[in-house]
Amino acid sequence: MRIFTFAGRNAKEILRDPLTVCFGLGFPVVLLLLLSAIQANIPVKLFEIQHLTPGITVFGLSFMTLFSATVIAKDRGSSLLQRLYTTPLTALDFILGYTLPIIPIAVAQCAVCYLVAILLGLKLTVGILYATVFIIPVSAFYIALGLLCGSVFTDKQVGGICGGLLTNLSAWLSGVWFDLDLVGDAFQKIAYALPFVHAVELERAVLSGDAAGVFPHIWWVLGYAGATLGVAVLLFLRQMKRQ
Amino acid sequence: MEAIRTTGLTKKYKDVVAVDNLNLSVFKGELFSLLGVNGAGKTTTIKMLSCLTTPTSGDALLNGKSICKDPAAVKSIIAVSPQETAVAPGLSVRENLELMCGVHGFTKDKKVRKIAELTELLGLNTVISKKAGKLSGGWQRRLSIAMALVSEPEILFLDEPTLGLDVLARSDLWDLIRSLKGKITIILTTHYMEEAEALSDRIAIMKDGRLLVCDTAEKIKEQAGKDSFEQAFIQIVKGAEK
Repeated sequence: MRIFTFAGRNAKEILRDPLTVCFGLGFPVVLLLLLSAIQANIPVKLFEIQHLTPGITVFGLSFMTLFSATVIAKDRGSSLLQRLYTTPLTALDFILGYTLPIIPIAVAQCAVCYLVAILLGLKLTVGILYATVFIIPVSAFYIALGLLCGSVFTDKQVGGICGGLLTNLSAWLSGVWFDLDLVGDAFQKIAYALPFVHAVELERAVLSGDAAGVFPHIWWVLGYAGATLGVAVLLFLRQMKRQ
Repeated sequence: MEAIRTTGLTKKYKDVVAVDNLNLSVFKGELFSLLGVNGAGKTTTIKMLSCLTTPTSGDALLNGKSICKDPAAVKSIIAVSPQETAVAPGLSVRENLELMCGVHGFTKDKKVRKIAELTELLGLNTVISKKAGKLSGGWQRRLSIAMALVSEPEILFLDEPTLGLDVLARSDLWDLIRSLKGKITIILTTHYMEEAEALSDRIAIMKDGRLLVCDTAEKIKEQAGKDSFEQAFIQIVKGAEK
């Protein structure tokens, strides 16, 4: 009950910010339309709708990091968290309250992207449904990253780090915009040591119905999600104690 | 009857002693002010009493419950209105109150009743549907106090509640605080001499974490041999520097 009250408040704070709707839902859709238009004129395999859409849905999750980090950082900056720390809310209530409301937003963002992709010619298959379900573990990683950043940085720093740096890293190292084979060597090794490209390849495999192709990417995603969540919880508890 | 009793309450941050061996008693229903210049230890004292920070040594009993041994029980009988306005800016006034009812686990009926009661008590009717972030400073402080009162606390901590407010908003808030006197125990911290004098049953003056004096405003003036409370405060604080 307490978790849902707090989670509901966080969902309202996020969804009532017009920038959330613009960037969270609008920006991935604009990218999808733009890159599909480029594909229509200069065909590139990477930008074919069945390749592009999973990548865009994963890239769009970097905004979930920004949303969760911003809400936490703003709460830490104001005295609201201090007030709530004197209530019966527990540390688990806080962590779940910040995490849970973003999962449906991430799923909705993914669903909107696939809806637009269908209008752009993506074949309607059950894979779309599975891909929307598999976005949940991927979103867990991005949301945990938001919890981590929000526990450490101020709301202004969060804007730069999550809004600027992370969205770019997520874009470059995910193989959505360019084929990582083209860059090769060190860049490719770094990219495959991070979860972004694995998340995209996981989603591509799920969408295409390639069950074997899900592995090993799912382990990378779950591993990073678990580790990031673990560190995020520790950092959140540390700042909670400091407050 | 005592609502708060501190015994040797001390808080150290590395080499800095924020609160030094504080011993004081606050009685039930009393409005008790903690007065002092910046860095006197007022906010740290409130943070310890409200279980936001643990004492380095010493203890405090709030209605018989120890802040060291039973912080959960203490939290269940207190509420804090922090120094800065602590409201959820994206929520309406009603939603802010609903949030506090929810985190305290109120039933739907109790929530409706409590919100109606607090809206009436604090005169929030005219702004009930407005977003908290869009309210003036005075209204935000009013809402902040309403949020603190949701849990029906036995002890209410008001940390500089009128800081930065204009004269009219401050006067309104004083009326509100007066209306709560006697119903619950209130611990107020403030920089403003006239505020402490006008509202308090007793005043504790702190400096560098130490308690210099604790008495009624009249007795403090008498003790310092001054007609004005501000002059008495200055004399006591400056006297402690020598």
